[in-house]
Amino acid sequence: MIITRKVEFSASHVCRRPELTDEENRRLYGPAANPQGHGHNYVVEVSLRGEPHPLTGMVMDLKELKEILNRQIVEPYDHRFLNYEVPPFDRLVPTAENIARDIWGRLETQLPASGGRLYAVRVYETPDLYVDYFGDQPCTA
Amino acid sequence: MYRVTRRYAFAASHRLHSPEFTEEQNRRLYGKCNNPYGHGHNYVVEVSACGPLDAAERAVDIQALDRLVAGQVLEPFDHRNLNTEVAAFEGPVPTSENLAAEICRRLKRNWTSAFPGPWPRLEKVRIAETARNIFEVGADEIE
Repeated sequence: MIITRKVEFSASHVCRRPELTDEENRRLYGPAANPQGHGHNYVVEVSLRGEPHPLTGMVMDLKELKEILNRQIVEPYDHRFLNYEVPPFDRLVPTAENIARDIWGRLETQLPASGGRLYAVRVYETPDLYVDYFGDQPCTA
Repeated sequence: MYRVTRRYAFAASHRLHSPEFTEEQNRRLYGKCNNPYGHGHNYVVEVSACGPLDAAERAVDIQALDRLVAGQVLEPFDHRNLNTEVAAFEGPVPTSENLAAEICRRLKRNWTSAFPGPWPRLEKVRIAETARNIFEVGADEIE
């Protein structure tokens, strides 16, 4: 069974690689390369896979998951300029893919061993564009 | 591995009617969708592709995907009558099942011109005819 909890944060970012010219960055990333940055209302869905506990009937207590997501994602990311304020994005381009992987890394070690395994991190950059990350697992339909 | 999903929209009209059936059978089978003058929908299409990160630290070049979908889907389908203006529906009925398959076929056929490397790979196409009717087809289900 898969359970999912959703959190939101708002942040600014710029997608550019320092070794490329402005023109090359613009070709590569389009308007996301604007050096001044721009923002999104990000929506993150974190999914765990596991069996419901025979006594509680829950894969994991969603209240507890909510607290972990607030601590690990919302607190460090919300209302920040990711490139300047949230490592590793001082040296890693904050694409939605890299944000999903960073969130995976922030959660992996924080989830209780008993409450289901981290299955997917979905990051909506806008309602029209989102990324699913499955750790070292392949994409699953 | 990453899956990137991009959402697009177009508006089009269609009529569900098969020459294999009588007028009466068509009416019974397709109901309101068989209205002789057709009707329209705001279609929402989600295209999903999978892959590892490229040199630009993303799995899918969204600008390349947008160009592919614009050329293969949005320009030919948007504000069109699917029955009379899209060759693929001269024979087959433009149900959203057939529409999803046609969109997936077009993207698959032209995929390597937009993405010449081994990645990303087209994974699936999901189409919402209305907010309540949703159809999904995997790229490996389409020839």
